[in-house]
Amino acid sequence: MLSINELRASIEGKEILKGINLEVKPGEVHAIMGPNGSGKSTLASVLSGREDYEVTGGSVTFDGKDLLELAAEERAAEGIFLAFQYPVEIPGVTTINFLKTAVNEIRKYKGENPLDAAQFLKMVREKAKLVSMNDSLLKRALNEGFSGGEKKRNEIFQMAVLEPKLAILDETDSGLDIDALRIVAEGVNSLRSPDRSAIVVTHYQRLLDYIVPDFVHVLYKGRIVKSGPKELALELEEKGYDWIKAEVEEVG
Amino acid sequence: MSTETIDLKTKLLADFQVRESLMNGEASSAFHQKKRAAIHRFEELGFPTVRNEEWKYSNVKELISESYHFNADSSLQLADLQDLRIPEQVANILYFVNGQYKPELSSIVSSTEKIIIDSLQNAYKQNPELVNRYFNELTDESEAFTALNTAFTLDGLFIHVPDNQVVEQPVILRFISDAREENVASQPRNIIVVGKNAQVKVAEAFRTLGEQRSFTNAVTEIFVERDAHVEYYKVQNESENAYHIGTTQVNMKDKSHFYAGTVTLNGKFTRNNLNIALDGEYCDAHMYGLYFPDGSQHVDNHTIADHRKPNSESNELYKGILRDKSKGVFNGKIFVREDAQKTNAFQSCKNIVLSTEASMNTKPQLEIFADDVKCSHGTTTGQIDEEALFYMRSRGISKNEAMSLLMYAFCADVISQIKIDSIREYLENVIAEKLSKK
Repeated sequence: MLSINELRASIEGKEILKGINLEVKPGEVHAIMGPNGSGKSTLASVLSGREDYEVTGGSVTFDGKDLLELAAEERAAEGIFLAFQYPVEIPGVTTINFLKTAVNEIRKYKGENPLDAAQFLKMVREKAKLVSMNDSLLKRALNEGFSGGEKKRNEIFQMAVLEPKLAILDETDSGLDIDALRIVAEGVNSLRSPDRSAIVVTHYQRLLDYIVPDFVHVLYKGRIVKSGPKELALELEEKGYDWIKAEVEEVG
Repeated sequence: MSTETIDLKTKLLADFQVRESLMNGEASSAFHQKKRAAIHRFEELGFPTVRNEEWKYSNVKELISESYHFNADSSLQLADLQDLRIPEQVANILYFVNGQYKPELSSIVSSTEKIIIDSLQNAYKQNPELVNRYFNELTDESEAFTALNTAFTLDGLFIHVPDNQVVEQPVILRFISDAREENVASQPRNIIVVGKNAQVKVAEAFRTLGEQRSFTNAVTEIFVERDAHVEYYKVQNESENAYHIGTTQVNMKDKSHFYAGTVTLNGKFTRNNLNIALDGEYCDAHMYGLYFPDGSQHVDNHTIADHRKPNSESNELYKGILRDKSKGVFNGKIFVREDAQKTNAFQSCKNIVLSTEASMNTKPQLEIFADDVKCSHGTTTGQIDEEALFYMRSRGISKNEAMSLLMYAFCADVISQIKIDSIREYLENVIAEKLSKK
């Protein structure tokens, strides 16, 4: 589904990703962990098409397409979804209108007819229930005045509506208390299926108690320096990142 | 232009002499004396130049270098207005073409007990004392364009809402410049008197037909008596060759409410003066403005909230989106006189400048002579929020669509303040269309 080869990217001339290799197959959940500043969020940003980053080498293919050639909105229409670490507040645009525009723009991209108001509302209500999203939030301006937990839940709700093939969760757990974390995780889990995949970027292991990954990768200084099964996350929780850093320095 | 070019000021002064010489006994009336005083004032002042602080960023040189046919007759029929329609609503709709009132195009639906709507000319014929009591009582003596309008007051509307009347149907004034054949100019003058505890909504909408130059110099005086409630909207959707100078003078008495919405959609050169005197206690005045210049258009909004008595509130929000090589000007004055203790005055002007060649000049000006007041002002000028744009794109919304959604959202709080449904609906459509333009 997603194939990353020797991906390099920099911002303002500074190289952040220094040759990433990653293969994600349908239905798999990959966790990307690592210390602060290792390039985790950069990877999420580059995959979703943020233009601040310059890709300086390597390739990314998604369902056979050259992902790096596509604009952010085309990637979304192809089925990539980024759950933001800091969801943006947009005054004046209601969540419901925003989502309706998104859904219909994606349908247009795929050559499908737009949903009418009734079809859309029915679908949205079902999805809101799925992630325990309060209906009243839908009519409010997008994320404006939402609590941290509400914003993250809104991300998961949008994901449920857009049904991406590949969801990228960028530190979705940051700033969440345990109850909010559980609700967000339940939302993500309810969307798991054999043909949908996810990349979960996190600094802490605790999210992975709820969203159990198939693979764990450790990103350090712009490279994936260690990969393993879900137990690797527990090891990291217990021992921290220093032993990995030491291993890397030894080899380096 | 003819070969013997004379400048506009000289021509207008001569025109006044001719008109006066054709008058009979009327020349000695109090009404005409006001006009005569005004032409003298205009003669002294002349057209403003950029050396005048109030006109520093708005140069009228080009405007006054043109020649115009003032109050030109027009063969315009209802059918010609097809393209200029606004959505249907039960309303009092009054048409003016090149400054002349057109009763045959107009329709008045409210009863005469509720509201008296007449052309200024007719109203004056029927009750000269009443009209004269209000005519030119509020205007600013130092403003040349206002003086010019006063001197040449010919037509416009006289609206009188008697005490305690609530006028359900809005009054929509449609000013059409028919510039299909030649350069035209008009100087509409409106007087709106809203009695004690009365309520009314009035909108002025300006449009142009044709591609020749048009120059509108409009003045409206609004008297808001105690406990009255007035909503006043001004919508300018004129041509690329339209000059517009508009002045609205408002006087508010105790416990009255006044809402103004000024929306400039299109026009070559637009200058709006909105001057509100809070001349009573416990009044509240609200001013909302929106402007969308593109190409090389110029939009200038000057506002005054003059707090003369204690315990009143003024609240102002102007927003603009500037493209291409357009220019915007905002000057907001707040005066708090010595007596006006416990005044609350708020002012905000926010702008999005989409091109490096566009510019916005904002100047809040606060003069406060009372000590127990709450005043705040703020201006911002920025670009579209890149993070918001990426957020939308990451959900599959194309860049253009995201831009227009964000720009519309930026204006939404001002648009929602417009309480005449047909006007708001009209604006929603025109603005959405304008913002989706690449």
